[in-house]
Amino acid sequence: MRKVYHKIIQIAGNVITVEAENVAYNELAEVTSSRGTSLAQVIRLLDNKVSLQVFAGARGISTGDEVRFLGREMQVAASEDLLGRVFNGRGTPRDNRPVLTDNMINIGGPSVNPAKRIIPKNMIRTGIPMIDLFNTLVESQKLPIFSVAGEPYNQLLARIALQAEVDVIILGGMGLKYDDYLYFKNTLDENGALSKSILFVHTASDPIVECMMVPDMSLAVAEKLAIEGKRVLVLLTDMTNFADAMKEIAITMEQIPSNRGYPGDLYSQLASRYEKAVDFDGAGSITILAVTTMPGDDVTHPIPDNTGYITEGQFYLKNGRIEPFGSLSRLKQQVNGTTRPDHRAIMDAMIRLYSDYKSTLEKQSMGFQMSNWDNKLLKYGKLFEARMMDLAVNIPLEEALDLGWKTLAECFDPAETGIKTDLVKEYWPENK
Amino acid sequence: MVDNNLGRVVGVNGNMLTVEFDTRVTQNEVAYVVVGDERLKCEVIRVRGNRADMQVFESTNKIKVGDRVEFTDELLSVELGPGLLTQVYDGLQNPLNLLAEQSGFFLQRGLYLNALDYNRDWYFYPMAKVGDKVVAGDRLGYVNEGIFKHYIMVPFGVQGEFEVASIVGEANYKIDNTVAVIKNAKGEEINVTMVQKWPVKIPITAYQEKLLPTKSLITQQRIIDTFFPVAIGGTFCTPGPFGAGKTVLQHAISQNAEADIVIIAACGERAGEVVEILREFPHLKDHKTGKTLIERSIIICNTSSMPVAAREASVYTAVTLAEYYRNMGLNTLLLADSTSRWAQALREMSGRLEEIPGEEAFPAYLESLIAAFYERAGLVKLNSGDLGSVTICGSVSPAGGNFEEPVTQATLKVVGAFLGLSRERSDARRYPAIHPLDSWSKYTSVADAEDIDYARQILRRGNEVNQMMKVVGEEGTNIDDFMIYIKSEFLDYTYLQQNTFDKVDGASNYDRQRYMFKKVLEVLRSDFDFTDKDEARSFMLSLRQMYIDCNYLVFGSDDFKAQEAAIAAKIGEHKKNA
Repeated sequence: MRKVYHKIIQIAGNVITVEAENVAYNELAEVTSSRGTSLAQVIRLLDNKVSLQVFAGARGISTGDEVRFLGREMQVAASEDLLGRVFNGRGTPRDNRPVLTDNMINIGGPSVNPAKRIIPKNMIRTGIPMIDLFNTLVESQKLPIFSVAGEPYNQLLARIALQAEVDVIILGGMGLKYDDYLYFKNTLDENGALSKSILFVHTASDPIVECMMVPDMSLAVAEKLAIEGKRVLVLLTDMTNFADAMKEIAITMEQIPSNRGYPGDLYSQLASRYEKAVDFDGAGSITILAVTTMPGDDVTHPIPDNTGYITEGQFYLKNGRIEPFGSLSRLKQQVNGTTRPDHRAIMDAMIRLYSDYKSTLEKQSMGFQMSNWDNKLLKYGKLFEARMMDLAVNIPLEEALDLGWKTLAECFDPAETGIKTDLVKEYWPENK
Repeated sequence: MVDNNLGRVVGVNGNMLTVEFDTRVTQNEVAYVVVGDERLKCEVIRVRGNRADMQVFESTNKIKVGDRVEFTDELLSVELGPGLLTQVYDGLQNPLNLLAEQSGFFLQRGLYLNALDYNRDWYFYPMAKVGDKVVAGDRLGYVNEGIFKHYIMVPFGVQGEFEVASIVGEANYKIDNTVAVIKNAKGEEINVTMVQKWPVKIPITAYQEKLLPTKSLITQQRIIDTFFPVAIGGTFCTPGPFGAGKTVLQHAISQNAEADIVIIAACGERAGEVVEILREFPHLKDHKTGKTLIERSIIICNTSSMPVAAREASVYTAVTLAEYYRNMGLNTLLLADSTSRWAQALREMSGRLEEIPGEEAFPAYLESLIAAFYERAGLVKLNSGDLGSVTICGSVSPAGGNFEEPVTQATLKVVGAFLGLSRERSDARRYPAIHPLDSWSKYTSVADAEDIDYARQILRRGNEVNQMMKVVGEEGTNIDDFMIYIKSEFLDYTYLQQNTFDKVDGASNYDRQRYMFKKVLEVLRSDFDFTDKDEARSFMLSLRQMYIDCNYLVFGSDDFKAQEAAIAAKIGEHKKNA
């Protein structure tokens, strides 16, 4: 039996400091107060002073309360028994079913050896032309959806999850509104996908420290299943809440903030989560789709900015559409060379012309005379938005490519598209 | 050396330990903290009273107050010797492939392996004779490492003049066998093996003098070699917001640059990108040597999820290896992606040390560290009279894509070329997205100065006309100005833009660049007899297409020549015979 400590010498925010001996960094403890028992984690050691972040929050903790160290790190059960289950940020069930105690593994494990990774090569089909055609999603990719609050990002996330061919879906919800949690649960259930899903959900009303555990917990389970050969899709929504939780703890610990109050290790912290996305040499894979809401629609805000440098691209969701500019899948080159020979050419040409359309639109709004070329672009731009950008469009890649050629042929002469002549010969529709 | 110089942990804060020591410590010395049966490497970064702050190159999980710390009295060092090429190391020079064999999918904490193979035989050819006078960096013999002569040199750390007392004959040796004994006037003897250690944070200075870099390093990227050239032994940086194509550009340079040795330091970036290099380089052909690219490469890979302190060390490890091969008379190219992550590692540590923060919380010494790093590049005259060089390319990832931030600014002060990538160009899919108006270079171009000036002027004027057209509209622009704009677009599409993923277009050598640049200038310098803007636009678009098609054809092939003839005929349709 481990010793119980009674000497809490400091309480600030969600962090308490206790005088204790023989405590390990990152170890867990139980804090028992009149309000009940909460888990806490060691986040700093100095001499005999141990600082802990209390999962349930420090509110109501008195200086005389009990702290009992557990001699282990944060763990989660990781097995296929988790399928179909819902847990909270502490890893305890939310669904009134029994607690799982078998196959416990530590969360936040070590980094994958880059030598054991392989180059991803499988496209994930979503039926969304803005993704399949222009920014193809690839198995083992880590990709956030950048968006402002209020956009249908969770709907998009759910739709991609349901259409993707994966073995397991793990949802990590952070600061999720209760409605959104129910939306995910019901959507997965209605489509028969709940039985291959595991949900770790921290709702907006749960203690903030638990929010920080969600990504690690989700990814630790994902890693275990991937090593067993499963193809796992992890959905993390919303990573901005995760980063804000970190900020809160960092400030409480009197760390020197680097940018807008966020801790200096924000990049490393986010990276150690996102980098869990992997295609193992000789085992399964983890694909991470996350949501990052941009405070004030500002992509230079530290959270989206650091995220963008870590992830393999991003989808901008704006006005209910995936924006062609700024959206990027860095791994698309791995797969779009082998889909169809015209894939890359159509992708580049259509975006370039859409960009020209945007500048024409600007000219038009300033009241300038529209040249012949401008009129062609205006026609093209409208067709592009209706046929490609509308999220209601749900067609396979091949159809989207054909539609692309059709759209180009309706608006332009082949030379105006800048597409290599041999491709034009093969694919340009003969009669409009 | 003090064998039993010990200490104990008194504090843990993230990856920083506070340690109480018994006797003495050295700043930047390496120590090990003992956690159960694991020994974790750390480095002393600050000493106050009898307490030292140390950064740990591993996760600090489970460390307790009171844990034992063993000091080594050695600075953080790398092993230099034959067998470095083709290797993939982490930031502390642990071979990742061997680690994978020993510990599987994950990087096991506290597992350190030899950087070089101590069991492998190398066939040693002696060059020095008994009685020769030698100093640090002088060549005693060599072994063949792939296509390179790997010189075995007098250790860089020895001071003063020595005499070769004995040297072994031509035969197979292992790297830790003594191949020569050298002796100085005081009678001190040093056994020289094929491997030596060198502290990474100290530059290797065993050469005669540093020279001014003048020759250009051909990267086979048209916009770089022609417009913003880099020099052998020079420095350049590629800052850009995320998604602007920094990494793709660096990969293109690593594959096509005409350097002898390429060292890639993936510092705090995505693991996926390194994997591409790891898996592709063994199969990609180097056109210069006919061998695979991996045979001339060393990859240092400390990706973003690997421990942050080792990230800080990784750029130093990389540049030390580059200096080592430079001292064999080779041209080495170091690609560091990204120096911002290295700077952030410094910032994280500085924050934990509770130092007074500078701009954006970066430490005040950031600038001098960046300058010192880039200053390790250079063209040098070696003791043998040969020339060797280290060229450094650092990519910078400025927060928010804003070049005003401290890392970009500190870098711009010390580099010889600035290849700024712009979001605006990458959004418009104009790759490589190096901004043709904002970037600059102090080195000499492959093209003639007069031609470059003319092309630059077209770009600048074209941009002005474009800005003006946004205000007065196309109808308010006269056809002469409009032609300048159309020509600048023509230059952009046919020459500045390059398809990295195409076999032919991806690499454009010196001859091709000079030839095609003249061809493009021919169009820029021509007057045409267009009646209106629509005619001008449609003609130039067709001509542009023909040039782009030409870029995809093998230089000098029949198809290429046929395309050239077609282009000449097309130009003839509207060219005014002035």
